[in-house]
Amino acid sequence: MDASTHHEQQSAGANINVEAVMQEVAEHKGCGTSGGSGKASCGSAAGQGDLPTEIWEKVKNHPCYSEEAHHHYARMHVAVAPACNIQCNYCNRKYDCANESRPGVVSEKLTPEQAAKKVLAVASTIPQMTVLGVAGPGDPLANPEKTFKTFELIAKTAPDIKLCLSTNGLALPDHVDTIAAFNVDHVTITINMVDPEIGAKIYPWVFWKHKRYTGVEAAKLLTDRQLLGLEMLTERGILAKINSVMIPGVNDKHLVEVNKAVKSRGAFLHNIMPLISAPEHGTVFGLTGQRGPTAQELKALQDSCEGEMNMMRHCRQCRADAVGLLGEDRSAEFTTDKIMAMEVDYDLDSRKAYQAKVEIERVAKVAAKEEELTTLAGEMSNIKLLIAVATKGSGLINEHFGHAKEFQVYELSTSGAKFVGHRRVDLYCQGGYGEDEGLDTIIRAINDCHAVFVAKIGGCPKADLIKAGIEPVDQFAHEFIEKSAIAWFKTYLDKVNSGELQHIERGDAEIRQGALIAAA
Amino acid sequence: MTLKIVASQCTSCSACEAECPNVAIYEKGGTFIINPKKCTECIGHFDSPQCAAVCPVDDTCVIDTSYPRYQPRA
Repeated sequence: MDASTHHEQQSAGANINVEAVMQEVAEHKGCGTSGGSGKASCGSAAGQGDLPTEIWEKVKNHPCYSEEAHHHYARMHVAVAPACNIQCNYCNRKYDCANESRPGVVSEKLTPEQAAKKVLAVASTIPQMTVLGVAGPGDPLANPEKTFKTFELIAKTAPDIKLCLSTNGLALPDHVDTIAAFNVDHVTITINMVDPEIGAKIYPWVFWKHKRYTGVEAAKLLTDRQLLGLEMLTERGILAKINSVMIPGVNDKHLVEVNKAVKSRGAFLHNIMPLISAPEHGTVFGLTGQRGPTAQELKALQDSCEGEMNMMRHCRQCRADAVGLLGEDRSAEFTTDKIMAMEVDYDLDSRKAYQAKVEIERVAKVAAKEEELTTLAGEMSNIKLLIAVATKGSGLINEHFGHAKEFQVYELSTSGAKFVGHRRVDLYCQGGYGEDEGLDTIIRAINDCHAVFVAKIGGCPKADLIKAGIEPVDQFAHEFIEKSAIAWFKTYLDKVNSGELQHIERGDAEIRQGALIAAA
Repeated sequence: MTLKIVASQCTSCSACEAECPNVAIYEKGGTFIINPKKCTECIGHFDSPQCAAVCPVDDTCVIDTSYPRYQPRA
């Protein structure tokens, strides 16, 4: 029996009662899956909302699973899993630069013991660090001993830290029971296709059961294993997030099909990310000139899938050794040399006390938004627009325009303020550019926004932004983002209604290919 | 013959180490090395050399022609 036949039988065996299981899981979780395209009401978007308490408890402090949590809580990845079992055209493992941030890249590999020490060191320094992930730089499940040893050590010494892992899915069915045994309740699978013909354009080969498979055969094997793994996670009540890389002309339209396939198998959240393909990264796509999507293309695809399922839009496509809040990277503070020299005092009580403070902050933020939202009641307008926000976290407008490494983007309408993405502006190898060019880069990155909210901004950039048609807004410094955005939008609508202002649509924006500067 | 790893191309990902049926691969000085005395080109184990099949960089695990061809015992 050849490998693929064997595999199909395995798949078929597990397929039998997925629908029944899904319904059970749905009832168990309290999220509806029935009713045609009715999306599961579990959300990544705002606060608990209509989320069942059990799920909310699982995601509320997880920055990668809850958009709202990512303003307050930090994560770290430990690079214990260097080996990989597949090859992707958007990945080049060879390239590592400390100033570069993207998946698949790390500065140093760790042993499980070093990783456990690092987690304790970081958790003691950053009390809002709640999540430990193994995300590579290869595939965690192609290095099962190292990955699970790391989990074992951390579960012993820091039991309050949530464990998660991110996999390509090829080896997932073999390890689902171990994942469940380690109480890993968040798993991310990168699924870029459910059609092997498309998969053959993304994956040159996969290595499975001592054999390298190529072309459509490889992609068929991969997609079968990924979907089987997802079903097995769902059966066990493990939350699964799906990552997809949007590759224009290759899988961009197809990702709608992927979205349906993963939703029907119980995935909790779908994260569609733009392809990173700068030629200097040396990936196949980088070298063949395959472009990534524009900001509008990405948002349109995310919006079209949102009717089906919750979309994650706050992913920063971080490194496999990232540390800190999403959007910041403090990994340089925690190199192996530094952590081995650290005296670590893991104080669970002080971590809990700190996190209790964060919870009070979150509640205040949500309350402020709700209150401001009532001022929009009765407003009738079809206007939808984007704003950019300079923030250091905590859901506040608390960053100086000139210091911002990224802007968070919110969509405003009469139904409120919704987080829809972020734009990097502080980039690798930008040192040689003059200030003016830096400003042009920022304007291109937020060109689809009507306004930019900042804590402070200088006179020159202010004038240039106005010239570019983007209103600099600094009167809400250090206030809550959503509350301020709604207040500003109300005034904007009043001005449009009174004829003082004409509403003009904005153009597209660029998604930058570089990366955040890691050095703090 | 045996396989060897072209050190300048090795990413040190360690994927080959776990796949080698002869435990012939080890890490030294940041890259991986194949012990020619232990390597059997995977003859008798698998259809193709496992290190080359799993290596993420093409032409990095290659036949070392300075050694005679491996002769499986009859």
